[in-house]
Amino acid sequence: MSDLEQFRAETRAWLAEYCPEEMRDGDITAENQCWGGRQWEFQSDAQKRWFEAALEKGYTVPTWPKEYGGAGLTADEAKILTEERDRINARKPLSNFGISMLGPALLAYGTHEQKLQHLRGIARGEIRWCQGYSEPGAGSDLASLKTKCEDKGDHWLINGQKIWTSNADISDWIFCLVRTDFDAPKHKGITFILIDMASEGISVKPIVLISGHSPFCETFFDDVKVPKAYGEGNLSVVGEVNRGWDVAKNLLVHERGMLGTLSPLRGAKGPENLGSFAAEEIGLDDAGRLDDPALRQKIAQAEIDDWAYTLTVERMNDEANAGNGLGAKSSMLKYAASELTKKGSELRMDIGGTEAATIGPDGIEYDSLANTWLYNRAYSILGGTTEVQLNIISKRVLELPSA
Amino acid sequence: MSLILTEEQEMLQDAANGFLTENAPVAALRKIRDSKNPDGFCRKLWKEMADMGWAGIIVDEKFGGSEFGYVGAGVLAEQMGRNLTASPFFSTSVLGATAIQHYGTDKQKDAHLGAICDGSTLFALAVDEGPRHRPEHIEFAATPHGNGYKLSGAKTFVADGHVADKLIIAARTSGEANDPSGITLFLVDADAAAIERTHTPMIDSRNAANIKVDGLEVTGDDILGEVDGGYEALEGILSAGRAVLGAEMSGSSQQAFAITTDYLKEREQFGQKIGSFQGLQHRAAHLATEIEMTKSAVLKSLQLLDDDFDSASATCSMAKAKSGMTAQLSTQEAIQMHGGIGVTDEYDVGLYFKRVHVAQQMFGDAGFHADRLAKRSGY
Repeated sequence: MSDLEQFRAETRAWLAEYCPEEMRDGDITAENQCWGGRQWEFQSDAQKRWFEAALEKGYTVPTWPKEYGGAGLTADEAKILTEERDRINARKPLSNFGISMLGPALLAYGTHEQKLQHLRGIARGEIRWCQGYSEPGAGSDLASLKTKCEDKGDHWLINGQKIWTSNADISDWIFCLVRTDFDAPKHKGITFILIDMASEGISVKPIVLISGHSPFCETFFDDVKVPKAYGEGNLSVVGEVNRGWDVAKNLLVHERGMLGTLSPLRGAKGPENLGSFAAEEIGLDDAGRLDDPALRQKIAQAEIDDWAYTLTVERMNDEANAGNGLGAKSSMLKYAASELTKKGSELRMDIGGTEAATIGPDGIEYDSLANTWLYNRAYSILGGTTEVQLNIISKRVLELPSA
Repeated sequence: MSLILTEEQEMLQDAANGFLTENAPVAALRKIRDSKNPDGFCRKLWKEMADMGWAGIIVDEKFGGSEFGYVGAGVLAEQMGRNLTASPFFSTSVLGATAIQHYGTDKQKDAHLGAICDGSTLFALAVDEGPRHRPEHIEFAATPHGNGYKLSGAKTFVADGHVADKLIIAARTSGEANDPSGITLFLVDADAAAIERTHTPMIDSRNAANIKVDGLEVTGDDILGEVDGGYEALEGILSAGRAVLGAEMSGSSQQAFAITTDYLKEREQFGQKIGSFQGLQHRAAHLATEIEMTKSAVLKSLQLLDDDFDSASATCSMAKAKSGMTAQLSTQEAIQMHGGIGVTDEYDVGLYFKRVHVAQQMFGDAGFHADRLAKRSGY
């Protein structure tokens, strides 16, 4: 038996023993995932047992080095772990932005001491992170951000406002882009800084969307004092002062990769199983075809596109594991995933007709077709709009000239 | 199985790319077209391809093939799609070889597979009877006669039918015109006196034939597969054809796009490269994404044919649909983004546009396969 076969056998046995039955229902909605953090309370005993078992193996962050709370798995081993987990439809033991976005950036740019504190905090589910990037005046043109960060000797002083901070109201720390030099060209005066959300002067206000309740918030910084360091070598700034754009770009690639492949996005009622849903709602004609020929064609085309997309995620992962990194092609996955997700929920609304457009006594019901359809409009805006992704593909993949 | 090529398959790809760009580029297709070459391909070149093992690419080694499977055939077809290479590869080495290898008797395999591998016998598949692909709609009649059958009827768009030595004909032995059961495949000599072939040159500079058969007498030995159960074999042959056509169209999409992006980087208007205009950039980026999606779909269908041939039908349909839509978009955009020269005969993008159109129509366009998928999924 090869080492990998051995690993697969061990992993399968470990999952069989330690993944509770109740945790084998997949990561369907954000609500049934384990997010961790200071405010976190396990939703069930099974969820707690599954998290603790994974933590002990380093499987909350399987590819991170052991000293930072991971299991140090190779890409091949990590793929096997994912396959085996998917095989029994197991939930992820822990999910959050720390794992998928900040972690990879810290691994690339952090000091040993920063990694020790923050990566381990993430791996252990102790700290829930949120992302402070966008501002009211800095959306697609993110580098024009204006949140002001002044050097006050032993501390930084921060004033300004962030927007679209997902889950800021229930997060413990924020990784934030701030302006440390207002005179330099816009990309050269930005710093990447880590801030405790419990700091004095931070306030948070949730945003109501067209879909109703949302995880998005506005975050205000009013004379917030941030220490230069949280301990020996453990600075609050990641990378160099005024060079935060490099860290931000690295992190955005991970974010796009995540948005292009993360199951909650594709699980948000994309095109899968549209056909059977339509057959149930609309019915079939005498020849056994959906009794709405135009809609039938659209559904089938969407299912074909969805299938090709899913295979492309698989192929690009295989290529990455074979040593050909995804790079800017992650923008293709992000673009395709967002458009398909919107398409899927649009078709569901079409299938549901006027019934799907009906709301409850308290407004749009959570997780209803309408709720998902409205919320999904955000997918081609957040994490870099569809138009920004197309710009990136043009410039970085196709190398088309700049204006 | 990983969704990437193995080292061996990558070597085949490099070899095919080198050979075809050298010996069978788009200029060679123009020459064949402009000289009104009656074969529609170069026989000497076909012999060279056979000598390299391409003609027997899917055939088992014991019959003289190179046993590279459908992924191997797709790798070659993709490079042929890039170069618009005209050859009997598709009709003989994909359709003919699949028919004999998967559905032939031992005797038929011994008799024909070697002659496919060495390039000496050309095959053609006669299935459609009207302008649109409808493989269940078979009226071509096989009526019992003595110990065998008598064949009579007409077939349209038999690709390479004008040069084929052997024809595989789908005929009705029982049932009604749209009934999948009751179809039987016959393997017959193309030059039989009862067969009248009319050469039909196509818009893509490839060639086909309309075929009329009037009372051709055949025996049980000429049957390929099961009597009345020929639709299953036809499905298998068509699935292989659809996946490989998908690979060819994927190659054409990629090359038409490469020509176009080169042009976007070089052509100037309003004092700047036209590739700097966002209106064109976003369309190019969308198309690049579709091309990546298509590559995955095509490779998956080819791998499945090698892995579990009988279960590949739906996947091959989806690959054909996806590659067809992408190829159409790629070649339409190629013409539009080139502007005036895009519609000149001198420029190559028009040739890609024409080839892709015929490949789309062949064995079902995207709408046909979407319909099949929906039916199969119960809606």
